[in-house]
Amino acid sequence: MAKYQLNVNGVTREVSVDPSTPLLWVLREDLKMTGTKFGCGISACGACTVHVAGVATRSCVLPVELLGERPVVTVEAMANDPVGRAVQDAWVEHDVVQCGYCQSGQIMSAVALLKQTPKPTDANIDESLGGNVCRCATYVRIREAVKLAAQKLK
Amino acid sequence: MTHPNAKVEAPLTSRRGFLRATATAAGGLLVSLYLDRHAAAQEGVKPSQLPPPKKKEYPPDAFVRVRPDGKVVIQVNRLEFGQGVHTALPLILADELDADWSQVVSELAPAADVYRDPLFGIQMVGGSGSIAHSFQQYRELGAKTRAMLVAAAAARWNVSPDKCRTESSVVHGPAGQSLKYGELAAEAARQPVPATVRLKEPSEFKLIGKGVRRLDGRAKCDGSLKFGLDLDLPGMLVAVVARPPVWGAKVRRFDDREARAVEGVREVFEIPVTRGGTGVAVVADKFWPAKRARDLLKIEWDETGVERADSARLFEQYRQLARTAGLSAAARGDAKAIERVGTADLVVAEYEFPYLPHAPMEPLNTTVRFDGDAAEVWAGSQFQTFDHAAVAEVLGLKPERVTFHTEMAGGGFGRRAVPDSHVQREAAAIAKRFKGAPVKLVWSREDDIRGGYYRPMHVHRAEIGVGPDGLPAAWRHVVVGQSILAGTPFAMMMKDGVDNSAVEGVNDTHYHVPNFGVTVHHPKVNVPVLWWRSVGHTHSAFVMETLIEELATRAKMDPIAYRRKLIRPEPEAKKLLAALDLMDAKSAAWRHSLPQGHAVGFACHESFGTGVACAAEVSIVNKRPKIHRVTVAVDCGLAVNPLTVESQFQAGVAFGLSQLMAGGAITLKDGRVEQRNFDRYVPPYMPDAPVAVDVHIVPSAEPPTGCGEPPVPVISPAVVNALSKLTGKRYRTLPLVTV
Repeated sequence: MAKYQLNVNGVTREVSVDPSTPLLWVLREDLKMTGTKFGCGISACGACTVHVAGVATRSCVLPVELLGERPVVTVEAMANDPVGRAVQDAWVEHDVVQCGYCQSGQIMSAVALLKQTPKPTDANIDESLGGNVCRCATYVRIREAVKLAAQKLK
Repeated sequence: MTHPNAKVEAPLTSRRGFLRATATAAGGLLVSLYLDRHAAAQEGVKPSQLPPPKKKEYPPDAFVRVRPDGKVVIQVNRLEFGQGVHTALPLILADELDADWSQVVSELAPAADVYRDPLFGIQMVGGSGSIAHSFQQYRELGAKTRAMLVAAAAARWNVSPDKCRTESSVVHGPAGQSLKYGELAAEAARQPVPATVRLKEPSEFKLIGKGVRRLDGRAKCDGSLKFGLDLDLPGMLVAVVARPPVWGAKVRRFDDREARAVEGVREVFEIPVTRGGTGVAVVADKFWPAKRARDLLKIEWDETGVERADSARLFEQYRQLARTAGLSAAARGDAKAIERVGTADLVVAEYEFPYLPHAPMEPLNTTVRFDGDAAEVWAGSQFQTFDHAAVAEVLGLKPERVTFHTEMAGGGFGRRAVPDSHVQREAAAIAKRFKGAPVKLVWSREDDIRGGYYRPMHVHRAEIGVGPDGLPAAWRHVVVGQSILAGTPFAMMMKDGVDNSAVEGVNDTHYHVPNFGVTVHHPKVNVPVLWWRSVGHTHSAFVMETLIEELATRAKMDPIAYRRKLIRPEPEAKKLLAALDLMDAKSAAWRHSLPQGHAVGFACHESFGTGVACAAEVSIVNKRPKIHRVTVAVDCGLAVNPLTVESQFQAGVAFGLSQLMAGGAITLKDGRVEQRNFDRYVPPYMPDAPVAVDVHIVPSAEPPTGCGEPPVPVISPAVVNALSKLTGKRYRTLPLVTV
């Protein structure tokens, strides 16, 4: 076990875990923030996507010992982020979710995209959200909602 | 036509019990379904066999609560896992109740007899039956609750209930009086539950058919919604299991010294797993130490006498079987007619379909706390009745001592409807060792992909004799695939050895062929199989719809006109034809002005009582199909929540592309599953899905039918039919590795 200080959603949190523990499990089991989801454990589905120093990152393969000082932002903070809020509102307006399990990750990928590329093309959307599996396959509405959020943020 | 507004007693209440109104401690109204001695006696049970009436505890029999604060809390009698019942069933009840929709709270009901599906007789989600089976039930619940609130208001005002009307959770009296439902709840609880009640005419619906957004939408976007895997209870432990590499193999010996050295590990022990096998459970205080410890186990497996299935060998065996007649699943006209067809008029086609995993996004999990003389379970279950009983059995408890909570589930597609409850049995066997502590069993993605319970692999062989008019005159069809039902409590549904779920969509086709025969072989294979969203229709629609389009091409006829000509003009085909006509009309503009290199493919198929037709615009990019646009038309009777129907179809067609993905298969080599995770089993990602899907619903006042599964069958044949136009090739082996 080792002690780590993490900056999560602007708050400093201390945890005592094995250095190999992925950030995902620190968030879910030590910090009890379960909005970030476990889907595959090999960065192949994107359900665990968070922002690490502003970059969309698969938290299931990031050992906590490699995080360093970089701040972590999770879906729980999105309601208080202007882009995050716009994305969530667009998701609700388009009634995107079905089972909803992947949507935290989809939203985190979408927010990272819109912060970089305020007016994304279909190709940009494919590229940024192309690694997020939605097994219900709500992709048509996800795409529409990203575009709606972009429009509302103009 | 069955009019949905008949003034009748629903079968639920007339046969199985009656509704009961009680006051809640907080002064609200609670409407429950009460299963009593009298109702049981009517079903032929002798009173002496009945258990003594036990005191009903709140809320195991509740369906609707009207709270003094005006909130209307509605119990949903089945699992929500994406399909939208958590919104649609309350919507139905709230419409008849004239409730203020903004005050409606939806809750997933625990396992209890009163929440059994009125038609299936067990508490479950499956067969796209949620709305079809519970529409009348929830309407009646709403209408009767409303009648009691009106009666309470009428009594207070001393007027006739007929003079009162309701709107948005308020009863209005003849002299302009008004009372909110919350204010009336306590008095309404003293009113008798009416035996019969008038249901609304469709013109009176305020929510049904209007398109309402999901009640769980926001909570699924801000991370606050708790799925089963998110459960966190005081003192909770987490378990993972090392399962045998081949189903049925047993642990010979294992070395757990390194595993036990991982900090946080509590216990390592052998447990029984599915198909008579054994595995090693690792229990830790959290997931990561449990997983690390499992990776450090050294296990020697005993595979003596265990069949090692192999996909290549199985296909060889299946292809041989397909050349022989199996058990009859349909026979019309002259069975020998096909043998008289000359080679020039004969089409012979052999299809191969692999095993398919469901791979729901939320990995399988179940939490159990064993308290010695009682237990509590938390599970996202499609089969509460079975899973509840299984946990009780493993723990040696009576089912009434086991409280079973239904947790929100991250997808399922059939994977959470397992007749042998193997996940819950594992969880109970582990929790039994930790009295008083909740234990959450987690299946990793690897456990899921390699864990079995797949859509069975199949071979179809069709021989078709084409008549002078270009239409099929004789058709002999053989299907080979494991039975899903055999060896389960559902085996009683098999008739003369035939599991209809292997041949549905073929033997009940609406296409008219005068001489038609379907037979089936059900080989026994050591691979657990299960229903995969739309079950037999996943492969049968692919076979039928690619063959029909091939026959149309051969006859140089328009594929839509060909289908119209071939569909039997009978009432049963009405919904399929309505969907076909609407798809034809809605896709006409775009499909007649396709860009160079694009082609359109069609498919139509009825499943679960719903008729669906689709047109897909496809081109080829990097040797893969690129799907630009899909038009879908659906006749599902009355669309209770059109927004959800649209959503199910927009996404369901993309889900249906799973079986076309290059990595869309489970294969076995010498008993071992060759895929491990999403790296080698590859589901559709956004770039694989259609860019746009427009959904058109046939207007209808017929009773509603399912929308969960019917989107799935049509898309893969439609895409492949378009590919065939572009390449001139036929695609009869899935997955589609290359175009």
